[in-house]
Formats: sequence, structure tokens, C-alpha cells
Amino acid sequence: MSNIPQELLYTKEHEWAKTEPGKVVAIGVTDHAQDLLGEIVYVELPEVNTEVTKDETFGVIESTKSVSDLYAPISGIVTEVNAIAVDGPEVVNEDPYEEGWLIKIQPSDPAELDDLMTADQYETFVDANS
Amino acid sequence: MGTARQTALYACHQKAGARFVDFGGWDMPVQYTGTLVEHAAVRNEGGIFDVSHMGEVVVRGSEAIEALNRLITNDLNRIGDGRAQYTVLCKPDGGIVDDLIIYRVSETELFLCVNASNREKDFNWIQKHLTGNAEATDESDEWSQIALQGPIASGLLAQVIGDPALAEMRPFRFVDRQWNGHMLRIATTGYTGSGGFEIYLPNTAAPALWEALLEAGSPLGLIPAGLGARDTLRLEKGYCLYGNDIDETTSPLEAGLQWVVRLEKDQFMGADALRAQKESGIHRKLVGFMLEGRGIARAHCPIFVGEEKIGTVTSGNMSPMLKKAIGMAYVSVEHSAPGSQIEVEIRGRKVAAVVQTLPFL
Repeated sequence: MSNIPQELLYTKEHEWAKTEPGKVVAIGVTDHAQDLLGEIVYVELPEVNTEVTKDETFGVIESTKSVSDLYAPISGIVTEVNAIAVDGPEVVNEDPYEEGWLIKIQPSDPAELDDLMTADQYETFVDANS
Repeated sequence: MGTARQTALYACHQKAGARFVDFGGWDMPVQYTGTLVEHAAVRNEGGIFDVSHMGEVVVRGSEAIEALNRLITNDLNRIGDGRAQYTVLCKPDGGIVDDLIIYRVSETELFLCVNASNREKDFNWIQKHLTGNAEATDESDEWSQIALQGPIASGLLAQVIGDPALAEMRPFRFVDRQWNGHMLRIATTGYTGSGGFEIYLPNTAAPALWEALLEAGSPLGLIPAGLGARDTLRLEKGYCLYGNDIDETTSPLEAGLQWVVRLEKDQFMGADALRAQKESGIHRKLVGFMLEGRGIARAHCPIFVGEEKIGTVTSGNMSPMLKKAIGMAYVSVEHSAPGSQIEVEIRGRKVAAVVQTLPFL
């Protein structure tokens, strides 16, 4: 059973979003995602100040056997990129919700967060698609 | 498309928590604990692989050696009984039908191990083209195969089989041994480059040997390893994977396999084309490369020097031991020397890379 923290929001692409103080939204991949991917060996993330658009790709996450696109759950500007994930991608497997965060976005339209799933909705989604 | 086939070890893999993938119509373990963990285990201690999906073709007859010699590029007269030889089968135009290992059981019996994806193709090819007193039988369904690879393999197998001589076997040899009422064909061949054995055995014997090896080997660090690790292990050694690095459009001379092509042999399928190619020179060459920038090269990535496309990646991945992105590619001969600077285009972005000698480690 994968870990699905209650306080986060989720996408169908198995990503999580967390609003932080100052309205910045942190983004990462879920425990279910890192399990599906296997050991992650490479992460490609955008530079700070890049504009990202909801539902469009912003990067790539790779294991030995797979290459998966990362999709922006909301639109906005990238304010921070996790250097630890870039230099040691295994942190995404080990701690996908905390140390393994990927980027932070200053949202251009906070209402887009309403389109994301709650933890319970994501759990149902994962069960239905397993 | 029917349902996928399972090997005799399927239940063992389920018990070990394997994640399965379809490989050529077979449900095979791609990983158990993780491809990186399994890769490291093979290099440092040992890994045990189920490779029962591979094919076995036996050629028998009073003219078996000469008949098969007319189909392969290597020369079976160079090996005696109890030895193995790596070779390719070529079409008349020099393109590779498959790469395979031939085990010389006797002057009248040759045991061939062929790629899982080419089982039917190879058997049909051999059967169609054999001439003289020689006959081929497809024994793939009768044989399972377990690969035991890594530094602990020789001592471990000697102990489990109860034959100390197994630990002293030199590479590319094989012996038939009785174990648990079954005959095992134990060969010092492998696809990881870390030493060890490939063991051919009846399907009914496979689960017992798998369990016995794991029971005795776990305390020494032996773990089950899947196809994911198998691929990164062979890539670090620069071993070809049929379908990626070699296929019917590539010749062994282009693929760096000239060492298994005996052009001085009398006559064999593809000889004329290969002699002509050697005469005029090859235009492209299979090389190893390492990325200098960030990224992982994968099969089909184009390769550039300046604005000119000069090649294509055939295999690529992150090397677990080197922690660098490595790969194999066909490049035009002008850019094939080790040290040549090239660029690999990954998702529209060109990444600097340098041609390397093989193996990578």
C-alpha cells in the first residue's frame, strides 16, 4: 500500500502539490510513482524563472528502464529547483514527499489547485488503475 | 496475440517478489529488489538469473561440424569437445541473422544457444540451410537455463553440485554433471562479464537448483537478478544485444565482431559479401561512447558532428558502476576512433560525448 499524505493534492500523473508559506507550491512525484519507476537515475528539471503551463511537460524522470515526462499540475513561474534531486536522484525514491521534492512554482492562477485530487480521491484513482 | 509464456521458475520469481515484463512473448522478471542493487550484487558478490526463455537447437549427424560450419562465420574446427564458441549466423548479404554460442558436445553433436527473440527464426534458418548428413532439432521447450554470475559463483556451484573441479573450470568450457537425478550442462559462459556459469537443465530440475543455489548463496550475498540488471551489466562490457546493436542490416565487420569471422574458412553463408566488404572497407562502425554533459542516451538518439548527422545510438543507459551515461552506437568510420568528440541528441538537445574503447570496465 503506497503512502498518500492527507495534506497534499494529487494529479493523474502521480504527482503531488503542496502549498507553502508565501503561496509557493512545491511539486514532486508520489510514493506510487517512485515505486512504478524503480530506482531513479536521472532527473531533468527546468531552470529557475522558467514559465510552466498546467498539464504540459516541465521535465523528465528516468530509471534504467523507463523515461517518464513530468507534467505541471498548475501554471506559473519556477522559483526553486531541488539541487539534491538533480545531483542524487535516488532521494526521490527514498523520500518522495519531503527531501525528494522537484520544483517550486509561484502560481499564476491559484484556482487551478481546485482541479487537483484530494488524498482520498487519489487513493481511489490508484486502486482503480492498478 | 496469445497469453505470454512462463518458464519453469515462474513460481520461484513470484515468491521472490519479482516484477514481470513481457519479453518476446515470455513473462520474465525485470527486477526483484531493484536493477541497481542487482547489478551491484553481480559485480561484487553474485546474482542468479532465469534465462530459460533462450532457445536451444541441437545439430546432430556424421557431418554436423562441416554442415554447421557452412552456416556460421566462426570455425568449429578451432575447438574440441567440451568447449564453447561465440559466433554469428549471416545471410548471403552479410547481415546478421543472430549471434549465438555453440557448445561442441562431440564431433557429431553441437548444442546451440540462441536468443529468445530469434528461437523460431534461427531453427527454421538452420533447418532450411543445413546440407549433408546433419539434422537440426529444436529442443528449446525441453531446457531451462539458470545463469549464476559473479565472483562467488564458481565456489558456490562447486559446493552445491559437490564437485570441486567446477571451481577450476576455464572460460568457454562445459561439462555434463548429474545432480539430484538430473543431467546438468554446466558452462563457463555468460553475459555479465563478471564470470560464473550458464547451466542448462531439464525444466523439472530448475526450481530445485534455483532454491539450492539461493539457500547456499544468500549468506554470501547471492540475490536473484532480472532482465533489467542483465541489460546494464552487458552494456558495461560492450556485449551486443540482438535487435539493438546487431540485426539483419548490420554486418559483423561493422559491429566489431570481426574476431568471430574466419574469412580464411572454405566457404560459409555470407563469406563473399564479407570478403568484399573487408576489401572495400566498412563505412560505419559500432563504438562505445560516454556522455560528457547531463542526460542519458537511449536507442535511436541521433549522433552529430557539427550539423552533420554521423550516426545513431543502438543501446544506452546509466552505468551503475561508473555512474556515467554510456552507450553503443554506429558512427561513420571517420568519427570512430576512441577520443573522437561527438554530440548525442536527446529530446532535441545536443549533449557532448566522446567515443570510448570497449569494454567500459
